[in-house]
Amino acid sequence: MAKAKITFTDIEQTVNVPAGTRVIEVSERIGAGIIYGCREGDCGTCMMHVEEGWNNLTEPSVLEEKVLRENMASRHDRLACQAQILGDCKVKPA
Amino acid sequence: MTTSSSAAAGGPADDCGAVELAAGVHWIGALDPGLRTFDLILRTANGTTYNSYLVRGDDGVAVIDTVKAELAHDFFARLEGVARYDEIRVIVLNHLEPDHTGALPELMRRAPRAQLYISKRATAMLKALLKPRDDDRPLTYQTVGTGDEVSLGGRTLRFLHTPFLHWPDTQCTWLVEEGVLFSGDVFGCHHCDARLFNDACGDFRFAFDYYYAHIMRPFKRYVVEALKLIEPLPIKLIAPTHGPILRDRPRRYVTRYRELSTPSLAERLDQGERSLIIFYMSAYGSTARMAEAIRTGAEEEGGIRVSLYDLEGGETQPFVDLIESADALALGSPTINGDAAKPIWDLLSSLTVIDLGGKLGAAFGSYGWSGEAVRMIEDRLRGLKLRVPVAGLRIKLIPTDEELEECRAFGRALAGTLVRGGRGRVVEFAELQSATIENLGV
Ligand code: FES
Ligand SMILES: [Fe+2]
Ligand SMILES: [Fe+2]
Repeated sequence: MAKAKITFTDIEQTVNVPAGTRVIEVSERIGAGIIYGCREGDCGTCMMHVEEGWNNLTEPSVLEEKVLRENMASRHDRLACQAQILGDCKVKPA
Repeated sequence: MTTSSSAAAGGPADDCGAVELAAGVHWIGALDPGLRTFDLILRTANGTTYNSYLVRGDDGVAVIDTVKAELAHDFFARLEGVARYDEIRVIVLNHLEPDHTGALPELMRRAPRAQLYISKRATAMLKALLKPRDDDRPLTYQTVGTGDEVSLGGRTLRFLHTPFLHWPDTQCTWLVEEGVLFSGDVFGCHHCDARLFNDACGDFRFAFDYYYAHIMRPFKRYVVEALKLIEPLPIKLIAPTHGPILRDRPRRYVTRYRELSTPSLAERLDQGERSLIIFYMSAYGSTARMAEAIRTGAEEEGGIRVSLYDLEGGETQPFVDLIESADALALGSPTINGDAAKPIWDLLSSLTVIDLGGKLGAAFGSYGWSGEAVRMIEDRLRGLKLRVPVAGLRIKLIPTDEELEECRAFGRALAGTLVRGGRGRVVEFAELQSATIENLGV
C-alpha cells in the first residue's frame, strides 16, 4: 500500500502511515497538540494548519468548508478529524 | 450548579453598586457565596464570583464578559449605576461558557448598538449558545485575534488569542492605557469575598492552585503559549472572571502559572533521558517479581530513568503528579474475579486532569486461572490515548526463571521504543497501534 509521511511540527515527530489514514488517528497517539471535540467534523476544535503538502490531503467536503469558514480558518487550515493523508505533509495546531 | 444569590455582608460589593478598579474601569459582576459545587466536579468552600467589567472611553462603553443567568439582576443593577445601555458600543466575550454568558442575550436586547467581539474560534459556540431564531435580527459579531484592537476613544482594547484555556474559544483582552488584563478564567479561582481585591480578601492561595489544577492543568502546553503573550505586558492589574481581582503584585500570579506549567522532572533528568514508572499490585508477590524484572530489563537499555511503586503503599494524587512528568507508564495487576485490582482503576480514573498525549503505556500481571486484567488495562490505556507499543505480558501463577527473562525482554522492548522513538525520528504507524496482533499469533 502507498505510504506517506506526516510531520507534526509542534512536537517534531514524523510518522510513516498508509495513504488514506486520517490525521486524527495519528496525532493523538503520537501526542501532537491538536485537540479534538466532536471528532466528526462539526465543532471546529481540531483545526490544524498545514505548513507543507497542502495538496497531499483529501479535498475538504462541503460541510468541512462550512465549519472552516465559521471558525475563521485561514488559508491552509483543515480539520484534523476529517482530512486524510495522501502524501507527505507537515501540520501543526491552528 | 447550585444557585444562590445572597451577597456576603461587610464589603464594598454588597450594595449592588459597581466598584472602580482603574480610571474608567468598573467591576459589575455578581457574587455567589452559597455555591459549593461548580460544574459537578469543582468544590468551593465559600462560593465564587462571576466578574464582569465595564470600560468607559470618550466615545463609548465596553462590557467585558457577563454573569450566569440566575444572577443577571445584580449585574444589570451594577451596570446601570455606571452607564446607560445606549452608550454600550462593545461587548467582549473572553469565554463563552454559560457562567459568563448567561446574561448576554438580555444584554444584547437592552444594548442594541453594541457590537460583539469574540475570538476566531468562538463562532460556532456563539451560534449554539444564542440559537438565533428566524425572526431575530441577524446575529452580527466581529472575530478578533492577537494584536487586533478596538478603540473606545482614549481607551484601547487589544486582544490576545489564548485558545484552550480552558475551552477552544478563550481569549484575553488587554486595556492598553491602564495596564489591565481581562484574562477570562485564566488566573481565576472559585473564591467569593465581597472585598473583591486580592490585598483585601482572605487567603485564597489554595483556591487559586486548586482552580489551576482542575481547569488549566490538562491544557498546560496552551498555558505556556499564552504566557508568551502575557509575560511581556506591563501589567498593573489582572481582572479574571472568577475570584479576587489581582491588583497587588499581579505578576506573582503570572509567575505562579509559569511554575505550575513547567515540567518538574525535566530539570532533574540528564539531557535526553526518558522516564518510565512502573506501578503494580501484588497479592502473593508474583506480579511484584514481574515488576522488578521489567525494571531490570528496562534499565539495561540505558538513557532511561525507571521508578517502581507498589500502589498499595501510596495515595493516588501524588502518583498522578508523577505520571504527569513521566514518558511511559507500566501497570501490573493480578486478575481478581475477572478484573484488575481496584487501586489500578482508581489511578486510571484520576488521570483526566493531566495531558497524557504522547506517553507510552504497558500492562502486565500474573494470574491464577483467568487473566483478563492485562487486556482490560491495555484497553483503558488506549482509551486514555496512550500508545501501547508492546503487547501486555501475562504469566500464570509464580514466574519461572524463563518467564522472568520474558519480563526483562518486555522491559527492554518498552524502554527501546521509548528511547528510540524520540524527536526527529520517523515512527511507523503500526507502532502507534498495539502490537498485540503478532503476539497473539493471529
Ligand atoms: S473534532 Fe470537531 S470538527 Fe474535528
Ligand atoms: Fe470556564
Ligand atoms: Fe468560568
